[in-house]
Amino acid sequence: MSWLVQSLNSSIGKKFVMAVTGICLILFLIIHLAGNLTLFIGPKTFDGYVHTLEVVKPLIRVIEVILGLIFIFHIFNGTKLWLENRKAKSTKYKVNAASENSSIFSRFMFQTGSIVFIFLIIHLVTFWAAFNFTGHPETKAFEFYQIVVYWFQNEIYAGFYIFAMILLGFHLNHGFQSAFQTFGWNNSKYFPLIQKLGTLYAIIMAVGFASIPIYFLITGGN
Amino acid sequence: MKLNMNIPEGHISEKWTNHKFNMKLVNPANKRKFDVIVVGTGLAGAAAAATLGELGYKVKAFTYHDSSRRAHSIAAQGGINAAKNYQNDGDSIYRLFYDTVKGGDFRSREANVHRLAEVSNNIIDQCVAQGVPFAREYGGTLANRSFGGAQVSRTFYARGETGQQLLLGAYSSFNRQVKLGNVQVYHRKEMLDLVLADGRAVGITVRDLVDGKVESFSAQAVILATGGYSNVFFLSTSAMNCNATAIWRAHKKGAAFANPCYTQIHPTCLPVHGEGQSKLVLMSESLRNDGRIWVPAKPGDHRPPGEIPEDERDYYLERRYPSFGNLAPRDISSRSAKYVCDEGKGVNGGKAVYLDFADAINRIGEDAVRDKYGNLFEMYENITGENPYKVPMKIYPAPHYTMGGLWVDYNLMSNIPGLFVTGEANFSDHGANRLGASALMQGLADGYFIVPYTIGNYFGSEKPEKVDVNRPEFKEAEQNVKDGTNKLLSINGSQTVDEIHKKLGHLLIDKVGMSRDEAGLKQVIEDIRKLRDEFWSDVKVTGKAEDLNQNLERAGRVADFLELGELMAVDSLKRDESCGAHFREEHQTPDGEAIRNDEDFSYVAAWEYVEPGKWNLHKEDLKFEFVELATRSYK
Amino acid sequence: MSEKNINLKLHIWRQESPSAKGSFEEFKVSVSPHASILEMLDDLNNRLEKEGKIPISFESDCREGICGTCGLVVNGHPHGPLPKTATCQLHMRNFKDGETLYIEPFRAKAFPVMKDLIVDRVGFEKIQQAGGYVSFNTGSAPDANAIPIAKEMADLALDAAECIGCGACVAACKNASAMLFVGAKVSQFALLPQGQPERYERVQFMVAAMDEAGFGSCTNTYACEAECPKGISVKNIARMNRDYIVAKVAKRTA
Repeated sequence: MSWLVQSLNSSIGKKFVMAVTGICLILFLIIHLAGNLTLFIGPKTFDGYVHTLEVVKPLIRVIEVILGLIFIFHIFNGTKLWLENRKAKSTKYKVNAASENSSIFSRFMFQTGSIVFIFLIIHLVTFWAAFNFTGHPETKAFEFYQIVVYWFQNEIYAGFYIFAMILLGFHLNHGFQSAFQTFGWNNSKYFPLIQKLGTLYAIIMAVGFASIPIYFLITGGN
Repeated sequence: MKLNMNIPEGHISEKWTNHKFNMKLVNPANKRKFDVIVVGTGLAGAAAAATLGELGYKVKAFTYHDSSRRAHSIAAQGGINAAKNYQNDGDSIYRLFYDTVKGGDFRSREANVHRLAEVSNNIIDQCVAQGVPFAREYGGTLANRSFGGAQVSRTFYARGETGQQLLLGAYSSFNRQVKLGNVQVYHRKEMLDLVLADGRAVGITVRDLVDGKVESFSAQAVILATGGYSNVFFLSTSAMNCNATAIWRAHKKGAAFANPCYTQIHPTCLPVHGEGQSKLVLMSESLRNDGRIWVPAKPGDHRPPGEIPEDERDYYLERRYPSFGNLAPRDISSRSAKYVCDEGKGVNGGKAVYLDFADAINRIGEDAVRDKYGNLFEMYENITGENPYKVPMKIYPAPHYTMGGLWVDYNLMSNIPGLFVTGEANFSDHGANRLGASALMQGLADGYFIVPYTIGNYFGSEKPEKVDVNRPEFKEAEQNVKDGTNKLLSINGSQTVDEIHKKLGHLLIDKVGMSRDEAGLKQVIEDIRKLRDEFWSDVKVTGKAEDLNQNLERAGRVADFLELGELMAVDSLKRDESCGAHFREEHQTPDGEAIRNDEDFSYVAAWEYVEPGKWNLHKEDLKFEFVELATRSYK
Repeated sequence: MSEKNINLKLHIWRQESPSAKGSFEEFKVSVSPHASILEMLDDLNNRLEKEGKIPISFESDCREGICGTCGLVVNGHPHGPLPKTATCQLHMRNFKDGETLYIEPFRAKAFPVMKDLIVDRVGFEKIQQAGGYVSFNTGSAPDANAIPIAKEMADLALDAAECIGCGACVAACKNASAMLFVGAKVSQFALLPQGQPERYERVQFMVAAMDEAGFGSCTNTYACEAECPKGISVKNIARMNRDYIVAKVAKRTA
């Protein structure tokens, strides 16, 4: 297996890991968002949706472990890349003209990713842990909809959530098409389409996820 | 000194074949016992190093660049000739041979030129196999275009970047041998002396351009592939670093310098914009297919070109050469431009003529012109800031290629045993004038297909011994190099190297440029000597010897140019005829055509260095057995 | 050719040796709009030499935009702000009177500064030596027309082969990645039949050499393509990625 470790550790290997894990996460986000959107229908539907997941708990646990590993790979590898790349460019220019030759989304993947990572930790504690183990912060009840309402009534929490989702959109906007480039699927006929699709996807994700805290902020959950 | 051409016996078409059979071979197992030094890694050098490495010799290759891919071969635009006859238009080896001899105004060696034509086809095969992306037809076969001086379409090309692609091809084969360990490459080292022992070339002394260290390398043979000397004119189309130092120092160690006066001035270059100009840029000759060349008919007419009416313009090439018109050969076009500008009819009274596409745009439309020349027009606009679709281009001739170089025999060996010279650095194939798309051909022919054979013959028949770099000859060369460097640094005068180089350039382009005459040449020899004295008493070279010092590098090169420039004038003076690029005012027809003198000057002038400012002339008589001497006419 | 000179303030990076600490030195120049930026430096150097000062070291050779020797970073742009133009072809009419220019060397760990504006690009040599060739010996080539090559493929290969090896891609990349350079060479051969036998070894050798030389990884910002004086496309990087992945996953070689 040394060839595998070696290959994945090469410059292209690291790109490849980012792309493969990235695509997995892109797919995961679609499912996640679809589930979240049931919140708009009402407490019953949402709680029902979460209960349905309870039924297939063992399968969910397996998926969670895999997902966790994918996240870890993506984050660990991304951080490593960032550190190594910084070392490869140890001296910066006095005058920086990067804004004229590359998009802002592409240049700040580590920064947007890092904030999304912080978000992820908070998100896991406030929602994942609450849904699975700790329940509502105050009532300790496993009323999932109420947990969501509780957190999104908190303006600071909701604000950070929305902010993180915008950055997630930035991250995805570059990540989506970047993955295709990494796999070598860059052809003048369809690559512009992929780039547009990536932007569309990123907007849907950012708006979709951010719409929920906005909704609860405005409506107060009633 | 005796010149032995070593031309094989037999019919011209059999000489090379016979010679290959008769040459001594080196046993494959013995090849690795032979070290070869290759100086210069352009087309001729990289090709030779790669092929010698493949054969099993141990090669040490030297370049003053950071990579062998930087050599100026890379800038050749147009293409490379070969007698493939893929176009079925009647081309043949013999025709390529004949065109080249005629193009060179019957001043080249028949046997060498025929061999060049013979191997031309192998070069195309070789380059395609290397992955050189030549232009193709839709059916997948190779495309050709036609070029000046030929009536057949035999030029292979890769857009306007043929030289780049061919050099990268040679560079790739070269790199393969570096990886395999057969070629050791030394970057950023400049050869500053040739070392002889027992009358043979046994090594070189170099200066490391990064830390200034002077050291020597030994080998059983040395190949110089160091290019031409157009930069002697200061302004030329050569790269900034092109220089004559390697061949000049070899010349001073005894290698004969042949035909130094044959220097090609290319007609379609961008004019000089001011004193600060560093080099000249060539615009492809193909522009003359559709552009019309003219100047204001009256001297002192400084109106913008659009305001000069048709009847007040002088389309001088069309006037003087009605049948060839704007497509007259390079030397004639260049000279004519000089004449009209000397009469004060140049653009704004200066040194430029118009190359006007207005008629072509009217005839075939701007889009069709863009199709044909779009990239050249873009380049022109980028450099000059003027739109050539609206305003006529301004052009002027510029030094471009040097047919002269170190004298070599049929084996490409100089008169010093063990010293081989290839590519533009030798004098061998182009006579008094080179045809377009022939320089790439010659460099690669020498490197891939000629010198690797003939060097084996030298090893096989002469069996040169390995020589230790600790021998006194090497120590002496190193000391000379260090002394020379220290001398340059110690003068501390008031003029910079560039200032003196520019003065030399002005002298040469004026008196040893497109046209020459006895009085001017005698004068310029005196002037160059004075300038040389001025250099050695008043030049200012800054910095240290043991450092990266570009000022010092240039100073050494200019010191050599100051000697070479004199020899060019001496050779021009001696060659009392007009031939090819060498035009003597005294020898022209009433309407300004060159008059060759085959009776007295059908020879190669090989100059032996005696002491500064003194040379002995040795003549190699040129015999034309297979082509008939004729007068070139383009009327 | 008589337009007025333009006056500029220059901040030029000066560094005596690889280990020395460099800094910017300020110069004021007046230059013809027709001169190139390198001719401006020639003129400045001539002035410095006359004053007995050490001239600014910078590299250039062909001055026609093809040899790849030159390369300055002008106001943050490798080869200056004009797209698809090498430093040597950058003329002063592109700047305004009174402008301030920062002139720096290419920055990358794999391109250490040797002196002033000169960097060492030996890493590129190592990459090319690792596999940038077709293995065959002189004399063994078949007739040039024996293998027909579609015009489209020949043109695409030439698009890639136009790379001048200047290193602007590395200089522009925030990660100092050399993938555009390597991708261009890998692509040239991958597109041509001559390159097929060694296609999958080549990409592995060249990528390994690239990693070895200390270049960073590509994060697909495409700054390289934007700054490349030859406009080499990042599609060449995609092609290299694909070949590399195929080589690692499906081939038994190397």
